[in-house]
Amino acid sequence: MTRIVGVLLRKELVLELRMRESIPAMALFSVTVFVVFHFGLDADQVEGQLAAGVLWVTMLLAALLGINRLFVTDAEQGGFDAFLLAPVDRTALYVAKAIALLVYLLVVQLVAIPAFGFLLLGPGLEQALPGLLLVVVLADIGICVIGTLVAAIAIRTRTRDLIVPLLALPLLIPVVLAASELTAPLLAEGGAQALPGRWLTLVSIYDLLFALIAYAIFDFLLED
Amino acid sequence: MGSSPVVELNGLGRRFGERAALEGVTLTVPAGATVAVLGPNGAGKSTLLRILAGLLRPTEGVAQVLGSKLPDEGWAVRGRVGFLAHEPMLYRELTARENLAFHAGLFGVARERVDEVLDAVGLGARAGDRVAELSRGMTQRVSVARAVLHDPEVLLLDEPVANLDPGAAAQVAPLIGAASGRTRILTSHDPDAAVAEADLVLALRDGRAVYAGAAADVDLAGLYA
Repeated sequence: MTRIVGVLLRKELVLELRMRESIPAMALFSVTVFVVFHFGLDADQVEGQLAAGVLWVTMLLAALLGINRLFVTDAEQGGFDAFLLAPVDRTALYVAKAIALLVYLLVVQLVAIPAFGFLLLGPGLEQALPGLLLVVVLADIGICVIGTLVAAIAIRTRTRDLIVPLLALPLLIPVVLAASELTAPLLAEGGAQALPGRWLTLVSIYDLLFALIAYAIFDFLLED
Repeated sequence: MGSSPVVELNGLGRRFGERAALEGVTLTVPAGATVAVLGPNGAGKSTLLRILAGLLRPTEGVAQVLGSKLPDEGWAVRGRVGFLAHEPMLYRELTARENLAFHAGLFGVARERVDEVLDAVGLGARAGDRVAELSRGMTQRVSVARAVLHDPEVLLLDEPVANLDPGAAAQVAPLIGAASGRTRILTSHDPDAAVAEADLVLALRDGRAVYAGAAADVDLAGLYA
């Protein structure tokens, strides 16, 4: 399956490089939301729980843009059917799409997190970075695992734009909650503190649980 | 033409909600035969091909391809069937070569085969062009190359030469024509031409078979009178 995931992932990344449909929109959206918060909160500097909440809600909403478009090119240009004709494990498509979404999110966060630090954050990012990197990876995996599943469900409906947020937002609440709880001590005024272990455990288990669910049902989602 | 059946349909049907797109279709296709599926728009031709490709689940009856029941045993025949649909199934922002290399990767086909089929459809010189930059006829030729890339035993061809000029149609004939030696099930907007190259004819009207038999015996004028 690894070879097929590689073939699919390469196609995803080449198409995104050519079409630039997801990453620029997600990055621009994130920075715009931070600007809106900057003025809306009427605060130059936020920290702790509020900063963590602003960061992760913005990341979640930006991710929805990518999730919404994840299967659109395949559906519009016959890529779905072409894939279904091939003698391959169909779960490879899920894995490739989830990894592609993870890459998009990480690239977006390379822009968005420094912008967040510049526009909103009171304490500096430097001390928080090692811990924040772990939180970002765990939360992003959760967003990608669930988001890819939701995108595959939504693309088969006529109301994709509505289905994606309606399904994804409730399912992603535990991820955002855990990410915020984990990030809050890192962005505290007094300097970065230790990551709370139970939230790390929760987000890891949640990621794993949905990865298993996706593995079990993805084949059926592609069926007529 | 061999004697063992490659495709067997028995009471095959497909409903979309209340509407029956295909109903009670029965047909046996021996190895190497060419079947012309005829009928007006909406007769069920494309639905039949999509079922045989394993992309649609029949709602009644049985469809077997190469001995495997579709779609439940479809995994066993994927890779042995080539499908040329209405839609080219190509990514517009990838080049012709990139598209075929992508399919070669999925089907486990050697990369050298990509240039071989592109040359065969006369597009070797345009292999580096994005599909979005190709004409409809050229896109159709890339699509033909995609359909035969993995050298399938069975070809499902939905209006295979619809966008091709006579020269281009002649160019792809060795790949998808009778000379290819494959079992072929094709639809065409030109019944005379389709029947001329067919061994069997399946004529559909409103999803039902109005004729299923030898091409030599079909009365085209009487079929849809």
